[in-house]
Amino acid sequence: MSENTQRLVPTPGQTIGPFYGYALPYENGENLVDRSHPGSVRLHGTVYDGHGVPVPDSMLEIWQADENGKVSQETGSLIRDGYTFTGFGRVAVDNEGQYTFTTVNPGPTEAGKAPFICLTVFARGLLNRLFTRIYLPEDTEALANDPLLSGLSEDERATLVATREADGSLRFDVHLQGDGETVFLAYPGLE
Amino acid sequence: MAAENPEDAFEPLTAKGADDAADSQDQLNNEMAQITKQYEESGRTETQPRLDYAPYRSSILRHPTKDPRHTDPETIELYAPAFGERDVHKLESDLTIQDGGEPIGERIRITGRILDGDGRPVRNQLVEIWQANAAGRYIHKRDQHPAPIDPNFTGVGRCLTGDDGSYSFVTIKPGPYPWKNHQNAWRPAHVHFSLFGTDFTQRMITQMYFPGDPLFALDPIYQSIVDPKARERLVADYDHNVSEHEWLLGYKWDIVLSGSNRTWTEDDSNV
Repeated sequence: MSENTQRLVPTPGQTIGPFYGYALPYENGENLVDRSHPGSVRLHGTVYDGHGVPVPDSMLEIWQADENGKVSQETGSLIRDGYTFTGFGRVAVDNEGQYTFTTVNPGPTEAGKAPFICLTVFARGLLNRLFTRIYLPEDTEALANDPLLSGLSEDERATLVATREADGSLRFDVHLQGDGETVFLAYPGLE
Repeated sequence: MAAENPEDAFEPLTAKGADDAADSQDQLNNEMAQITKQYEESGRTETQPRLDYAPYRSSILRHPTKDPRHTDPETIELYAPAFGERDVHKLESDLTIQDGGEPIGERIRITGRILDGDGRPVRNQLVEIWQANAAGRYIHKRDQHPAPIDPNFTGVGRCLTGDDGSYSFVTIKPGPYPWKNHQNAWRPAHVHFSLFGTDFTQRMITQMYFPGDPLFALDPIYQSIVDPKARERLVADYDHNVSEHEWLLGYKWDIVLSGSNRTWTEDDSNV
């Protein structure tokens, strides 16, 4: 798939396994901004398996631009100072497969582009990580012109666009398999 | 606090019901051999694990049934989060000094380089590891393997890569441990590695193994990488030049992430 003349073969991934809980999640990992931040938004949802049962041992990471569409290259995601927006978050789902991030609505990185949040999914039982995108629902024209979304069926597209709830939060569920299976992504350079 | 919730969430290692862990290793071996045979006959070359690999029972309901959608990365996907010394203390790369006393086990160093698919070193980037102790036990509430906890070993480490993409950890060689996939199932000794690249699309988590482990052929997680050459990329080399006189044994393991999709300047790619 790659147009690169790739010289080295990538190392294979493996499952995160069951015992990451004491190693990877960290204090304030899920809080890209403080809840008191004026533009703070709750991004939340549930991870489901192929029977529609919540997956209690999954870890999610997000990576996104700030409200102005700027990509942060600031350090400090692991030890947050409460002021610097680093764009990265990590959360372990709870016993009911639910997660919450506190973040901001990303702006478009280029004018007219549909803003989205990158999401990476890890879980016990999932042999390699999965990539997907969480699109904001508001800019319908940009969504209609998005190169990825415009190539999807209505049902597939619906799995990638978050729902804006009455309280302003974004809801995005992940379905690893089965009804409403989330569209996961492959990028050039990795099969 | 986020770390606490999932610890309560894992299925207990005790059997859940009549069918749980009921299959024999022979049954597993037959299933794995069939998949190997089909792979060999296909003439294809795979480099990553199968997501749909039924011998790893927990994967059955947790793998997507549709192929991933190929897409070109957008701006945000061409960058990765930045980590620095603000995030990671230098001493976090030595897992043998974290809790006061000396942990029990075989002291080792694991070192190597992290490169992208074009051979560029991944610089100043975060590497996280976690592992069982020498007895095969994790510091984790739900690890019920009746092996001793080592009060002087958490099994968690972090470091930042150097300008040449190098990383180095001093730790204890982990032990193999039993799990509930099937009857008498044992994981080969391994260290979990969490890696970032220069692009978010290079994000990966994997496991490093030790050479010559007799459990390789029996382990459905290792065998989920159906290509023998590909799975050998997860096995470190013993390297006597890394070993230190009367102190520790050395292992070398280089990691290749997928190709970066950024446009690199000559200066950037000056390896």
